[in-house]
Amino acid sequence: MTAPAPAPASVPASVSPGRRLLGHRLFWPAVILVALLMINPVFTDGFFKVELKDGHLYGSLIDIVRFGAPLILVALGMTLVIATRGIDLSVGSVVAISGALACLRISDLGDQNSAGGVLAAAGVALALSVALGAWNGLLVAGVGVQPIIATLILMVAGRGLAQLITDGQIITVNSAPYKLIGGGYWLTLPFGIVIVLAVLALTAFLTRRLALGLLIESVGGNAEASRLAGIGARGVILTVYTFCALCAGIAGLMISSNVSSADGNNAGLWIELDAILAVVIGGTPLSGGRFSLGGTVLGALIIQTLTTTIYSIGVPPETTLLFKALVVTVVCLVQSPAFRAKVFHRRRRPAGASPVAEEKVRVSA
Amino acid sequence: MFKRISALVLVGVTTLAMAGCSGSGGSGGSSDGKIVMGFAQVGAESGWRTANTKSVQESAKSAGVELKFSDAQQKQENQIKAIRSYIQQKVDVIAFSPVVESGWDTVLNEARNAKIPVILTDRAVDSQDKSLYKTFLGSDFVEEGKKAGQWLVDQYKDGTDQVNIVQLEGTTGSAPANDRKAGFEQVVSADPRFKVVASQTGDFTRAKGKEVMEAFLKANPKIDVLYAHNDDMALGAIEAIEGAGKVPGKDIKIISVDAVHDGMQALADGKISFIVECSPLLGPQLMDLAKKVVKGEQVPDRVVTEETTFTQEQAKDALPGRKY
Repeated sequence: MTAPAPAPASVPASVSPGRRLLGHRLFWPAVILVALLMINPVFTDGFFKVELKDGHLYGSLIDIVRFGAPLILVALGMTLVIATRGIDLSVGSVVAISGALACLRISDLGDQNSAGGVLAAAGVALALSVALGAWNGLLVAGVGVQPIIATLILMVAGRGLAQLITDGQIITVNSAPYKLIGGGYWLTLPFGIVIVLAVLALTAFLTRRLALGLLIESVGGNAEASRLAGIGARGVILTVYTFCALCAGIAGLMISSNVSSADGNNAGLWIELDAILAVVIGGTPLSGGRFSLGGTVLGALIIQTLTTTIYSIGVPPETTLLFKALVVTVVCLVQSPAFRAKVFHRRRRPAGASPVAEEKVRVSA
Repeated sequence: MFKRISALVLVGVTTLAMAGCSGSGGSGGSSDGKIVMGFAQVGAESGWRTANTKSVQESAKSAGVELKFSDAQQKQENQIKAIRSYIQQKVDVIAFSPVVESGWDTVLNEARNAKIPVILTDRAVDSQDKSLYKTFLGSDFVEEGKKAGQWLVDQYKDGTDQVNIVQLEGTTGSAPANDRKAGFEQVVSADPRFKVVASQTGDFTRAKGKEVMEAFLKANPKIDVLYAHNDDMALGAIEAIEGAGKVPGKDIKIISVDAVHDGMQALADGKISFIVECSPLLGPQLMDLAKKVVKGEQVPDRVVTEETTFTQEQAKDALPGRKY
């Protein structure tokens, strides 16, 4: 139902700007996002209405970016890991650990509203996240364990650790400064999205303006060849896993701050799968070697829009998962260049030189 | 270094084990007239469960029952092992909360052959042979849903306007979610004024409760009542309602189930309107049943946990004494 009807074949081949737009990596994810959004006004009046309420922006679109913010962060970290042909399954556990530790420290504070105490608690939680990421990186780059196995260890053990921190209970905090991180507003904007924009800008700068992005893609393309070419492949891998865990740690602070409590059992449960999905929808292949930050952001927004759509249009809970699966299947197919080539360009010569060349094109974020 | 640490750990474990032995020395049978109970707990997966464990341990102490306690860490095989060891130690009565519903016939048969009565707590088993256990003590989730519905009907008994209800369901397919929904609907469906305008799962968590409620608020301009299947989802929804500039408990009445500490606090603060209790504190009832069963008295096959409901005033009184 979300498959956009106009086939690219209907666009005259001679019009080059149109073709360039269609060929752009972010074109199809963007089309899907818009299509998903357009379903909503049919069921919900004023879906696109954004108003000012109590001094901050309020509306369904704001909800999507607000609840999508943690997923965008986790998916950004995941993008770089996947670009090195790795994968990080432990992000959900890191989300839970980071939130649990921060809430535990804050609940021990004499004055929960002291900004210094909250900053220190957040700092400790992020430091632990970085350490956990470095552990993953060491296992993958140092010991040479396969990424899926190396991070599976922390995925399983980490949730136990989170429960150990919370003592199996839900820790509730009552702290205005902590609340700001994931549930507050800054200049009418949700503060979470401000954090996401900052991290996104930093990542884009590091990977697209400096050489780091090139090194990551090189390691993902062929780690051994990169090493022989003089690239410190191990260092690069260690960096991306650490960065990924840091992103997950920040997301963990956001998620627990949004509900002012830490739940070791459920916080960030299955977020690793949503993040991987966001990365793939965004056009970063699991085989590594290239990545698209912009695509990942779109991918994460698509997933959150889908979730919000399900709530708004009232899909019965028993069929929610099936509905999601169907939409995701359609999304993945529409986004896949190989599938589009088969369906839309059937009469053209398949698998010529051009699709391969397109694969190798690097699109800046 | 590593060797020394492991040696230390070993010494520690051995001492603990010996301490455990001396603690329960001379048990096995009720030689001193004391009832010995073997209790196999599911694990410690939630705050509710921890409170449940504490209740059993404390009430055993005050009832003069000697308790042998084991934690199965959510694994059936651990629980079966624990029950077998209780049978070997010839305890007077075995009580346990089954991790899963099926696969208990063999070990329960062994207990019956050894003439040790079994009491199920909190969760049921699906055995066809009801004589394998004496009784099942636990909450009635349908009843909880009915109590929630009844309060709502009483609140709106004078009035003719339609009442728009939104529902936050528990984890899809879980027994508490199915039964609490069914019980509630049985009661409110009798009156056409009550209309459930939206119902979605919030997975029993605060985060999902908030997210789903945000969407409900935007999709349904007029919501009168929220019915949440547990306190945590209601607590998440409260934040969403406040974010929308409405007053929880006033603009939107909130009914929820569980009565955990944070929920009771919100009830006392006037943010939740009514809570149906789902109590983990079944220890005292369990000890009573155990004594009766050991004496050979008849007990009903199904005993519902003593549970109450709380209004905002009752919550203020009850809050200082809450254990969980």
